[in-house]
Amino acid sequence: MSTHRELIRRALGPRVQFVQGDDACAYGAVLAGCTFFAGYPITPATEVAERMAEILPRIGGCYIQMEDEIASMGALVGASWTGAKVMTSTSGPGFSLMQENLGYAIMTETPCVVVNVQRSGPSTGQPTMGAYGDMMQARWGTHGDHEIIMLCPASVQEVLEITIVAFNLAERLRTPVLVFIDGELGHMRERLVIPDDDEFELVERPRATDRASYRPFAPGPDLVPPFAPFGSGFRTFVTGLTHNEEGLPRASSAAVHDQLVRRLAAKITNHLDLITRYEEFYADDCEIAIVAYGITARTCRDVVEEARRRGIKAGLLRLISIWPFPEHIVARWAERVRAMLVPEMNLGQIVHPIREAVAGRCVVKPYARIGGELHTPAELLEALEALQWQPA
Amino acid sequence: MATGLKIKTAAELRTNYLRREMFPTIFCDGCGLGNVLNYTLWAIDEVGLDLDRTVFVSGIGCSSRLPGYINADGLHATHGRALAFASGIRAANPDLTVIVFTGDGDGAGIGGNHLLHTIRRNMDVTVILVNNFTYGMTGGQSAPTTPDGGFSSTTPYGNIEHPLDICELAKALGAPYVARWPVVSPAQPVKSIAEGIRKRGFALIEMLTPCPTAYGRRNGLKEIEQIWRWYREHTVLLDEWEWVEQFGSPEEREALRGKLKIGVFQDTERETFEDRWAALVAREKL
Repeated sequence: MSTHRELIRRALGPRVQFVQGDDACAYGAVLAGCTFFAGYPITPATEVAERMAEILPRIGGCYIQMEDEIASMGALVGASWTGAKVMTSTSGPGFSLMQENLGYAIMTETPCVVVNVQRSGPSTGQPTMGAYGDMMQARWGTHGDHEIIMLCPASVQEVLEITIVAFNLAERLRTPVLVFIDGELGHMRERLVIPDDDEFELVERPRATDRASYRPFAPGPDLVPPFAPFGSGFRTFVTGLTHNEEGLPRASSAAVHDQLVRRLAAKITNHLDLITRYEEFYADDCEIAIVAYGITARTCRDVVEEARRRGIKAGLLRLISIWPFPEHIVARWAERVRAMLVPEMNLGQIVHPIREAVAGRCVVKPYARIGGELHTPAELLEALEALQWQPA
Repeated sequence: MATGLKIKTAAELRTNYLRREMFPTIFCDGCGLGNVLNYTLWAIDEVGLDLDRTVFVSGIGCSSRLPGYINADGLHATHGRALAFASGIRAANPDLTVIVFTGDGDGAGIGGNHLLHTIRRNMDVTVILVNNFTYGMTGGQSAPTTPDGGFSSTTPYGNIEHPLDICELAKALGAPYVARWPVVSPAQPVKSIAEGIRKRGFALIEMLTPCPTAYGRRNGLKEIEQIWRWYREHTVLLDEWEWVEQFGSPEEREALRGKLKIGVFQDTERETFEDRWAALVAREKL
């Protein structure tokens, strides 16, 4: 009898592979302990579902193809309440359909991972082309006040690693975590090294242990309530209505609503140390910074090196966690640099929280590109050079 | 009537199954939802379900409030999506019994597509669909089930749309168990809910349930006794219905118009998603 971890290794195959970002996402999920996937086919995210459909039965998990993305997100929440680690993947149109049940998962503190392999919108847009046009939808797409965790890896290897991180954060904080890539990264093939189990951490959601004192939504000191899966005899009532710590509806109480929604937000914002991830290049000696994320950031690293060769004191702040926005990190950079160039594969979305964090301390220059093509090194270099002469 | 059912007192059911801190209910006077809850608990008792291993799932609407009153795991989900959430529970843990409460608007209107596909997959869930011809919680708007010509706040001049026969749909989709009963008497609903729970596969029990507050008052059925009598007088047993259709006089056939067929419409066997998935895993697992 082989252990579940051994089964996973055998299902994933060779340690070194040449695969797409979408594949790496599925691999990361399975390594993180994901045993349930519900989804609906959509370009350019379909391969995540295909990999899960292949792997999950081989390790005794469950793949279910739902009738739409609304149902996928619903099935995800149902499955998570049985105690399973769960994931779905989609792209823009499907992510739009998921919004209501995503909010339900936030409200009911249901751990789950949602992957968006972004394509150009609005509407059907450019199904096969990469984009980062859903960055603000990720933040505010579902209605009501809430915090959300969103991570943006930049390479096939990092997609695997960040997907594991996403599961760990979802479990640790009992909340949905978004992994956002794009059609380019999702369909790009790169060398992938599947890490050994001792190379990453595996986190399980906090579990309720005592039936007598169990109050389903009474938080621990870290604001996260211990979890009791359906069928464990704890008899939990779960509702998207405003509820008290017993989980019972109190939809007309201002006090209960205020306490609940503030706690759900604070549960995330109090754990920035767990969530915030970024990479810095030439942080100590930088006058003109590029602030970038996702696939765009890959181009930027080369651009910075080239600019340095040309005598520009350039640097790069690569954001990996986007929400909650790492305001303190951007603010620290704003103290030191004269200008920030913000290339994005949208018409300017993350430039807004960047401006808020910078608060006028340096020039912030957006560089929008849409249509599915990446920024070229030459045009970014030109933009950096132009910024050098811009008055502060 | 010899039903073979053990008679349960309300006190017994209350003590064993209800979440007392949730009472009183939100239901209006004359609403049939209390009866639906009562019959369901009675059926659960009859089957001997372990409530530690049973999850009650619902969407949004009056009927979807029912899981909150039962002392068990409950998932009061989003509007129309109860079957999607329920499918996730069953697919991830087929050892749990899942009972879904939904309404006509929740289950067959906004959730119609999920109804279709959950039956197609044959997920092993028991769905108690409470049909009151209207969106009661929002004050009585027209639903996919509102009778032809029925008045509601959004059909102030009478409903011009054709109503949906949910049981016919479920039957056509191959649901292993399909029944429809009015709440006005307990024996048949209790038996059907028990059969639905025991059935391996999708079971739909449509409960015709009076809503004097939101639907009745706009359709000449405001008084509680009057609307409950209407359900007795406007429902016809399947056998009788078919006999009249085949052998009845023109007058008798004409009398069927505007009435509702009740009974067990389908009781058959079909492999479930869960069993097929388990077989696939047994074959493919490394």
